[in-house]
Amino acid sequence: MIPAQFGYTRPGSLAEACQELAADEEAKVLAGGQSLLPLLRMRLAYPTKLVDVGRLPELAGVHDRGDHVFIGAMATHDEVLRSGVVNADCPLVALATATVADPAVRHRGTFGGSLAHADPAGDVPAVVLALDGVLVARSADGERDIPAAEFFVDYLESSLRQGEILVGVKIPKLGAGWGFHYEKFQRTAQAWAIVGVAAAVRRSNGAIQESRIALTNMAPTPVRAHATETALAGMDLGGEVRQACAEAAADTSPPGDLHAQPDYRRHLARVLTHRAVRKAAGSV
Amino acid sequence: MTEVGRPRKRKEDARLLTGRTQWTDNLRQPGMLHVAFLRSPMAHARITRVDVSGARGLPGVVAAFGGQDLAGEQGSLPCAWPVTEDVIIPDHPPMAVSEVRYVGEAVACVVATDRYLAADALEAIEVDYEPLPAVIDLAEALAEGSPKVHEEGNKAYSMKITTGDIDAAFQDAPVVIDRTYVQQRLIGAAMEPRAVVATTDGDSFTLWSSTQIPHVLRVMLALTTGIPEHKLRVIAPDVGGGFGTKLQVTAEEVLCLLLTRRLGKPIKWNESRSEGNLTVHQGRGQIQHIRLAAEADGRIRGLQVDLLADMGAYLVLLTPGIPLLGATMFNAIYKMDAYEFGCTGVFTTKMPTDAYRGAGRPEATFGIERIMDELAAELNVDPLEVRRRNWIKHEEFPYTTISGLTYDSGNYEAATEKALSLFGYDKLRAEQSDRRDRGDPVQLGIGVSTFTEMCGLAPSKLLGAARFAAGGWEHGSVRMLPTGKVEVITGTSPHGQGHVTAWSQIVADALGVPFEDVAVVHGDTAISHKGLDTYGSRSLVVGGVAVLQACEKVREKARRLAAHALECSPEDLDFAEGAFTVRGTDSRRTIQELAFAAFTAHDLPDGVEPSLDSDATFDPDNYSFPHGTHLCAAEVDTETGLVKIRSYVAVDDIGKVVNPMIVEGQVHGGIAQGIAQALFEEAVYDAEGNLLTSTLADYLVPSAADLPDFTTDRTETPATSNPLGAKGVGEAGTIASTPAVVNAIVDALRPYGVQDITMPCTPERIWRAVEGARP
Ligand SMILES: Cc1cc2nc3c(=O)[nH]c(=O)nc-3n(C[C@H](O)[C@H](O)[C@H](O)COP(=O)(O)OP(=O)(O)OC[C@H]3O[C@@H](n4cnc5c(N)ncnc54)[C@H](O)[C@@H]3O)c2cc1C
Repeated sequence: MIPAQFGYTRPGSLAEACQELAADEEAKVLAGGQSLLPLLRMRLAYPTKLVDVGRLPELAGVHDRGDHVFIGAMATHDEVLRSGVVNADCPLVALATATVADPAVRHRGTFGGSLAHADPAGDVPAVVLALDGVLVARSADGERDIPAAEFFVDYLESSLRQGEILVGVKIPKLGAGWGFHYEKFQRTAQAWAIVGVAAAVRRSNGAIQESRIALTNMAPTPVRAHATETALAGMDLGGEVRQACAEAAADTSPPGDLHAQPDYRRHLARVLTHRAVRKAAGSV
Repeated sequence: MTEVGRPRKRKEDARLLTGRTQWTDNLRQPGMLHVAFLRSPMAHARITRVDVSGARGLPGVVAAFGGQDLAGEQGSLPCAWPVTEDVIIPDHPPMAVSEVRYVGEAVACVVATDRYLAADALEAIEVDYEPLPAVIDLAEALAEGSPKVHEEGNKAYSMKITTGDIDAAFQDAPVVIDRTYVQQRLIGAAMEPRAVVATTDGDSFTLWSSTQIPHVLRVMLALTTGIPEHKLRVIAPDVGGGFGTKLQVTAEEVLCLLLTRRLGKPIKWNESRSEGNLTVHQGRGQIQHIRLAAEADGRIRGLQVDLLADMGAYLVLLTPGIPLLGATMFNAIYKMDAYEFGCTGVFTTKMPTDAYRGAGRPEATFGIERIMDELAAELNVDPLEVRRRNWIKHEEFPYTTISGLTYDSGNYEAATEKALSLFGYDKLRAEQSDRRDRGDPVQLGIGVSTFTEMCGLAPSKLLGAARFAAGGWEHGSVRMLPTGKVEVITGTSPHGQGHVTAWSQIVADALGVPFEDVAVVHGDTAISHKGLDTYGSRSLVVGGVAVLQACEKVREKARRLAAHALECSPEDLDFAEGAFTVRGTDSRRTIQELAFAAFTAHDLPDGVEPSLDSDATFDPDNYSFPHGTHLCAAEVDTETGLVKIRSYVAVDDIGKVVNPMIVEGQVHGGIAQGIAQALFEEAVYDAEGNLLTSTLADYLVPSAADLPDFTTDRTETPATSNPLGAKGVGEAGTIASTPAVVNAIVDALRPYGVQDITMPCTPERIWRAVEGARP
């Protein structure tokens, strides 16, 4: 399919990019283009201009910032999943990113683009939500931090304001004793998740002390499975874990589509949460 | 060492894999314009107004037309297979004029200086539709009072063939199995979408198309457009895959010709992927009602098949005939006393169906191989044992089946033995029963498919008897060039199969020339002056044989030249390694020397024409019948419904093999496509007739990552119906694998009382089946 006409600009600095966006309400940020270009080609979006932020130095790279890892918005999925600091300090991010699409998409698609796009079927949003990441946004008016829990507003809608650019994400480092797993359920290896579960579990003395669980594609936004998190606290890995995980679908409103109806997604969320928690707990 | 039988790397691969070749897609002509089509968003509607004037003034736009503008000259797209005397073949304008009958049907077009401007201008065209009811469900379409797709009604045709006493077979039968299976619609998704370029010099026309059938296309386009056949040249340059979807005379091909005739400029059309999902003819689309009557020991008494076949909105090139390619195949490798085959072709407001890898035979094989497993389950007998009790034994060949075909050769015992030992059947059965006993949430199933198929299309007289509009012969031409190299022209039209390599191997052996010295030319009606193209696993067993026979004629001519040069009688010459030697001497002439002598023609024997070349046209007198045994082990996660194929063994008997590496590729790709039907792919229409799977995010084509390693092997029972002894391998894997996989899934779920999972066997469907069975 062929997109309608649009303008294109590649500003040299973040400040310049903010100016470009402030000047034109119909302009859109272009990152890796892996989600935006399909929308243009199917003529589901008609921006006047694309502001390409792909090469802005302020948005690049993955950085160790002491108590957190800073992932630049334009770090590609491939960069992220190969990053030493990510694998050492927030391996859940690498585990989930490795399941995104295929190598070609992972070399173009970006961490920040995935979050700004706010697709609940994306794998990255649930992970950032589970890890209580903080998103850093910049506009002509200045910079602000947005906690992940406030970032995802609705289907394909984030709390980024018109003219704001996502600069990067702070992922707090979890201390010792945590195990991680991302359980993705899909029909073909390169497809989007029907349901995904991001789990971080801290165990000591055999029991689960604490857990962070977020679900992919179970609502218009990624969602935390708070009921399960609460139920799991203090449990050992025996039989009740399955019951605790059965709460995972409690506060969800999953979509129904060609690949799965809502009741099946709810069922999957329960089964997959159980698997994710067991694997995360076992990986400590 | 002979060339035939060697795993030669393919000559065409370097250019095909790097893309450094001429496709229609990258073809440019001076002054070329681009056409884009506006397509109906409605499945069924009357067109009350088309206004293209808004598009006409836009930048780059050269012309814009609605169907009415072309009505006088566009004719009707052809159907070449009027399967019964009273089949309804509705008028089918390439561009809809007064009514649309599927989503995606072209209603207007824009011609512009580039593709982008043409696409933009489509948005300025206004079309008013008066909605008519969609017709989606096959049974409902036939019900009294159903809305009509065409004035003439929703039944395209209906036919029934009965052999033996079918009533007696079912009367008092100890076992009767009655099942209904659904063959979902499939989209071919060839790597290269369709593309067309049409040009004219004012008098004659050239059409390039990403097609499998340049020769058939030329005849059909001449008949449809009125362009005299001798003024129309059709070229299929390299073509990026087809799988039957490019065995078609398309609306876009006709319209590009009409537009070049009107505008006097080259016209190009490139299809987008989502446009292709909507408007490339689809495959399968059947509801199969099958009844099988058997003795208590599992021997089949009779088989009754009643099909509803989804034609879609119109009958395109072969639409009504596709299900009938299965008419003689449901009985497969089994002996029985009676057989009945009935089929009703049904119009719906969906994209027309037509050939897709296997065409009619995968559907039939699925039906019989699934119900054989049901029979085994009913009798509590091993599924291979039930098959053994019924199949034709190797000493019984040639064997005339209940449906009237004569299978020339085969050895089902040998293929099955080999498959069993590669698979580790007994060990897997033991693991299966262990998992059952333990109540393992992941169950193991074993699926069997002892398939055969009919290919090598086809004996012309049999096609005639089946009311097909053309013959089934093929042509090959072989000429020795003055320098001793060889040029072969073939009437087949490869689109990824490797004919250039395989034909080179055949020629190298037949003429004793180096493999590297052979070139193969194809796909241009101005060069390859006759042929019937590539489909139905016909190319080697019909076209390859024609090339072989042309070589034999060349060799006999060379023998006369050698005898003349060496002053002996032709019978005194031995031919080996490319040279004729006078028996018992060392006087010899190489075939290259003889080619040069034939070129100079300075000293030819009386009655021998200059130039060392010949051609041959081969018309087989029987089909060929590849067969094999495929075994699949699948793990089914009963908690999520996910299927994982753990191992897959394919032992195929395709007769003599020219190039084992090419065969391996065909088998792998074939199995992948069959697995795709079993697990992943379906063209889904909603109740209003919208295609919900218009992108590859929703129409799931599996990749290598979704497939297991295949263990492949062969047995070799040569075909006796052609001198190569080959049977054809283009479709075997696809035909065999679909039932093997579904049988494995159902086998895994038998303890849950599951008897069938509708394809594609999605995790959700499997989960629901298991849930439904839980107490
Ligand atoms: C075939 C295919 C399969 C895929 N499969 C998966 C999958 O399995 N899992 C998965 O998670 N994803 C998948 N994706 C999506 C992929 O991860 C994309 O990379 C991602 O969704 C968007 O990132 P991008 O850099 O391409 O963003 P773009 O497409 O460039 O932009 C997406 C949106 O975000 C906005 N945006 C981008 N960057 C910024 C920024 N810095 N500030 C403000 N707004 C911004 C854009 O304006 C646009 O609206 C798939 C994509 C494809 C093409």
